[in-house]
Amino acid sequence: MTTTRPELLRVEGITKAYPGVVANADGSFAISEGEIHALLGENGAGKSTMVKMIYGLVRPDSGTMTFRGSAYQPAKPAEARRSGVAMVFQHFSLFEALNVAENVALGMENPPQMRELAARIRAVSEEYGLPLDPSRMVGDLSAGERQRVEIIRCLLQDPKLLIMDEPTSVLTPQEVEILFRTLRQLSSEGTAILYISHKLEEIKSLCDEATILRRGRVVATCTPRERTAREMAELMVGATLKTPERRQGVKGEVALGVSDLSVASPIPFGTSLKGISFTVAKGEVLGIAGVAGNGQDELLLALSGELRSSADKVRIAGQPVGDLGPVDRRKAGLVAAPEDRYGHAAAPDMSLVENAFLTAGVRKGLTKNGFVDWAGTRRFAEEIIKAYDVRTPGPDVAARALSGGNLQKFLMGRELMQGASVIVINQPTWGVDAAAAAAIRQSILDRAGEGAAVVVISQDLDELLEVSDSFAVLNEGRLTRPRTVEGLTMDEIGLMMGGAHGMEVAHHAG
Amino acid sequence: MDLGGINPVILIATLMASAVPILLAALGETVVERAGVLNLGVEGMMVVGALGGFVIAVETGSPMLGFIGGAVAGALLSLVFAALTQVFLANQVATGLALTLFGLGLSSLGGQGYNGIKPPPTGQLLPDALADLPVVGPILFGHDWMVYFSLVMVAVLWWVLKATRIGLIIRAVGESHEAAHALGYKVNRIRLMCIAFGGAMAGIGGAYLSLVRVPPWVDGITAGAGWIALAIVVFASWKPWRVLIGAYLFGGITVLQLNLQVAGSVIPVEYLSMAPYLITIIVLVIMSAGRKSNGAPASLGQNFHASR
Repeated sequence: MTTTRPELLRVEGITKAYPGVVANADGSFAISEGEIHALLGENGAGKSTMVKMIYGLVRPDSGTMTFRGSAYQPAKPAEARRSGVAMVFQHFSLFEALNVAENVALGMENPPQMRELAARIRAVSEEYGLPLDPSRMVGDLSAGERQRVEIIRCLLQDPKLLIMDEPTSVLTPQEVEILFRTLRQLSSEGTAILYISHKLEEIKSLCDEATILRRGRVVATCTPRERTAREMAELMVGATLKTPERRQGVKGEVALGVSDLSVASPIPFGTSLKGISFTVAKGEVLGIAGVAGNGQDELLLALSGELRSSADKVRIAGQPVGDLGPVDRRKAGLVAAPEDRYGHAAAPDMSLVENAFLTAGVRKGLTKNGFVDWAGTRRFAEEIIKAYDVRTPGPDVAARALSGGNLQKFLMGRELMQGASVIVINQPTWGVDAAAAAAIRQSILDRAGEGAAVVVISQDLDELLEVSDSFAVLNEGRLTRPRTVEGLTMDEIGLMMGGAHGMEVAHHAG
Repeated sequence: MDLGGINPVILIATLMASAVPILLAALGETVVERAGVLNLGVEGMMVVGALGGFVIAVETGSPMLGFIGGAVAGALLSLVFAALTQVFLANQVATGLALTLFGLGLSSLGGQGYNGIKPPPTGQLLPDALADLPVVGPILFGHDWMVYFSLVMVAVLWWVLKATRIGLIIRAVGESHEAAHALGYKVNRIRLMCIAFGGAMAGIGGAYLSLVRVPPWVDGITAGAGWIALAIVVFASWKPWRVLIGAYLFGGITVLQLNLQVAGSVIPVEYLSMAPYLITIIVLVIMSAGRKSNGAPASLGQNFHASR
């Protein structure tokens, strides 16, 4: 079937180097009209740079592209859009304080009058089963709805090729189903889709062809339906993968208790916490799932002590700590690792030694008579670097200079090596490659095995199912009742996550 | 019609004229901040505009050319800020403060030969027949053309920011420069143009001070008007119509306290002189208290470098 369709885009020998790294080396692949083509690879494999070159955001150093039979070399995104290439971004392309129609207009070459545009948004959103109100503020929308804004922005320009960069990382399982139905509908109408992901099951169910990248090079092309997920994973990583082992510890008494915790969000367009209650015992890992923006950041702030409540709402080993700040909570035995690496978990322009002191100073006793014990702090930083295999020239490098994954390893090590009795982590392996992610998960399990109570907040369901003993979902600031992970199915998790936010209805109607 | 020696018609007519400099400067700064740039150099751009406008008006004898000269002088100084912050990515707060100090010094130096000289007068725009009408005459028809220009600019900027594509792009750049860049907009170029526009508006405001409000030339002619303009932008939640209200509030209290001084009020002069600043700040605090999101552009004050 693929061979009968005319070729749409051919990429040949594309190379792009940045100072110090080669993002893409001699990359080649082709897409035909109406084909759903996967670009598969780990973080840092060069997927994003590749599509940015196709979309005109980055200029290749060498190599050629052919689009619909003629040479194609967009100097800027506007040219790519004119040729019929549209892109749905992973992050950073919506404006929260503008409404849906304004956001759509910004991504178009010649947008019509606002009133006409609103009518066209309604028409397209009904045609593809993606309900959306053009006058709503984007800041008030859920992650799934925001993605619809981006998709509709692309569809209004009638694209020949639609690029989607990790589109499902922010969706519930039901929303993913609906997105796939929309994509299949587009494909049957002749629109080709270039689909970037590292989720293999999705690619098996959706894509016709796959190109696999590793460290900037194309290492294989395959038909995903004919391969197993494990085969593709090993092509992606270039090695066999090890699954973390659970060390069976004995569960002890309750180490962290939260009861009826409600706090207003300090973040603009944030979600307030409403009546959160749970307990975590010694040696237990509680996994908290949920689509981004449902109160995860706020929950971390409330547990770390950056957001305070009345004293008895949060208890560490039975002691009320709700009214204490982060330093006092660390003294009481709780450490927390927030999601945002550059600016929240780490001070980006300070060295690793200084960053190590910032949260570990209290528990590791790194002050002497009010002065910083730099020798001790440096020893601690070096221990982390060694234990967590952080790739850095040394501990005096600024945190900003480390790649995301390496910095994450350092920050995880910093919190996990303080010997805390309660550990709270938001997105432990976000942006970290598979081998490092496995190492981080292993050390979380090890700490639990030694008797620590761990709360892991994550959007990666597979990760949560791998490390957690009990499982709960944050949805619009409310936490479901935690239940044991054993016997939990994907469908049940989807329902706990609030289903598809009313999207099924639209699809049946449309 | 006099209340304690103060005529309300004259008061309103005077406040409209006295508010022009801060109104123009605040409107310009509104556009700059909507694009995500915090330029604290308004005072410096105003005072340089005042000097540029004064010199050109005196040398050519044309107030109109003077205002254009003020705009050019303000814009040129703002381009120094633009180059430092948008090209060399210097810190916006520090650069803005330096720009004010630089502008004040530059205007002292350039204005040395002009102390005590009077500029050519800027006349009333409409015929006396209209301006002499009771009550509405002085308030609506008795002004020079800059007062009408400032009011037209309020409406134009409101419409541009709200309803036009260029306004949408400016707001988008100020809201999230990452997203605007991903969509292919030239963030730093758009910001540079907004900064130059803000500089020109501040320059015209300054020229109004030196050509209409306080001739002859004196050193430090702006006397803090640029700082008040900055405060009014925040007080107005970055909206042009509210900028108008804020500027008239400040202008009104300034005129009122002058009139009270003349009328021989029992309140000591020192308290009256500080009243406009104090009251504007109090109103500002009350307006912004208790509101969670104050409408500030999300990328305000952050530099952008297209490194991703």
